Amino acid sequence: MGDQQKGADYTKTNKYVLSRRLDRVFFELYRIYTFITRFFKEVFMPPYEFKEIINQFYEVGARSLPLISLTGFIIGIVFTNQSRPSLSEFGATAWLPSLMSIAIVRALAPLVTAIIAAGRVGSNIGAELGSMKVTEQIDAMEVSATNPFKFLVVTRVLATTLMIPSLMMYTVFVALLGSYVNVNQHEQTSFVTFFVQVFDAISFLDVFSSVIKSFIFGFTIGMVGCYKGYHSSKGTEGVGKAANSSVVTAMFLIFIEELLSLQVINAIRAL
Amino acid sequence: MKHANSKIDYNDKVISIRDLKKAFDDYEVLRGVDLDLYRGENLVVLGRSGTGKSVLIKIISGLLKQDEGQVNVLGQNVNNLSARDLDKLRLKIGFSFQNSALYDSMTVQENLEFPLVRNSRDLSRKEIDRLVDMVLDAVGLSQTKDQMPSELSGGQRKRIGIARTLILKPDIMLYDEPTAGLDPITCIEINNLINEVQQRYNTSSIIITHDLTCARATGDRIVMLLDGQFQRQGTFEEVFNTDDERVKSFYNYNFID
Repeated sequence: MGDQQKGADYTKTNKYVLSRRLDRVFFELYRIYTFITRFFKEVFMPPYEFKEIINQFYEVGARSLPLISLTGFIIGIVFTNQSRPSLSEFGATAWLPSLMSIAIVRALAPLVTAIIAAGRVGSNIGAELGSMKVTEQIDAMEVSATNPFKFLVVTRVLATTLMIPSLMMYTVFVALLGSYVNVNQHEQTSFVTFFVQVFDAISFLDVFSSVIKSFIFGFTIGMVGCYKGYHSSKGTEGVGKAANSSVVTAMFLIFIEELLSLQVINAIRAL
Repeated sequence: MKHANSKIDYNDKVISIRDLKKAFDDYEVLRGVDLDLYRGENLVVLGRSGTGKSVLIKIISGLLKQDEGQVNVLGQNVNNLSARDLDKLRLKIGFSFQNSALYDSMTVQENLEFPLVRNSRDLSRKEIDRLVDMVLDAVGLSQTKDQMPSELSGGQRKRIGIARTLILKPDIMLYDEPTAGLDPITCIEINNLINEVQQRYNTSSIIITHDLTCARATGDRIVMLLDGQFQRQGTFEEVFNTDDERVKSFYNYNFID
């Protein structure tokens, strides 16, 4: 009885609570590490789920187009409109196409596409896999000798990694189109003149770095959504949490990655 | 009540479990379970909720790992198998989940095809359709082929879940609460289906349940899981012919004779 009392007291000490929390943190880190390494191991191993990959390409890519089109176009209009007063103070409104080109290609398009995808696709993946987990659908795949990781995770992460750069390029196009509409209205600049200025202002490094960034953002969105969904628990509450934390975590990581990639790209530019 | 089954081969153990232990954190669910399932036998595992019945069949199918003990399925130690060998073994084990676990985004046909096309990649479209029709016919739901799982009733979902496992022609069937949440008539239909599957596909089955009607209708032998161990085993009458209060109260609260 005395020993039991002593044991019960020990579980309330700060040292014990701290060690249990640290345990959990390290366990979570280990689980994330094994999840990511498993992806790289399984992505190259046959059999390949081509049909499901195409299906996910459609889900991530084609079904995001309406939202991306609207957001990209409006961003192009709004940013151009908001930038005009500052430039007109210096009589430099002719630089609007160049300014918008740099802003959209270097930062806005990759970031906006990633954030929209994190909200639309990331939450969808988190909720879908989460509900499959709590209703034992993932277990059902496993007991029927099908690799659920390959079917559910590999296909979705591949789809987000490959489709988000394509969506980013599309965002660049519609945002510049929105910008052109605004510039054409106010400065009566022609389509050709606008786009000549746009392409003059950007370099290969601008486009290349944005594409690479989008690959990383896409991988992050897919991985986070799948990880959160695949490890969700506690019934429907867990599904909601998985969907929510897929978005929050992915956005947090996207901003961190944006910051880091900015430093790297600036360092390359300075060479 | 189920008639005596002459097809049971008591010299052939398809599942053999020795001293199985499993705990979740500090809660010990299974405390040294011993179990044998013979070829052709329907074994019912009875017990209250949370006593580790589902844990037992999840360990058998390799979904969970035990802390201690030996689990041999069709002569193979489940723990020592590589992922590939475990998958090969799983093709011989059908698992019917409590909530059916049908894939929500797929039609009934796609649900049934799913394990088949992934494990027999050389099958022609015609052959796949034939096998799908055959298992749908076996569970009496040929008309649901193009329906989504959300359009099916609870009993139909259970049947399709069973059909999905039958398509791989398993040697062993594991049923997790096959009658849970169903009305009495549908329960009888599911019980009959379990017996039909045993006869038609010559399967050996473990049926996890706390429904005594199901236990009586489907079980050749019944074991009762109490306090993490099998306390009683035998026919339905043998199990409940006891002075053990825990067993008697289980009977009284669950079964109206």
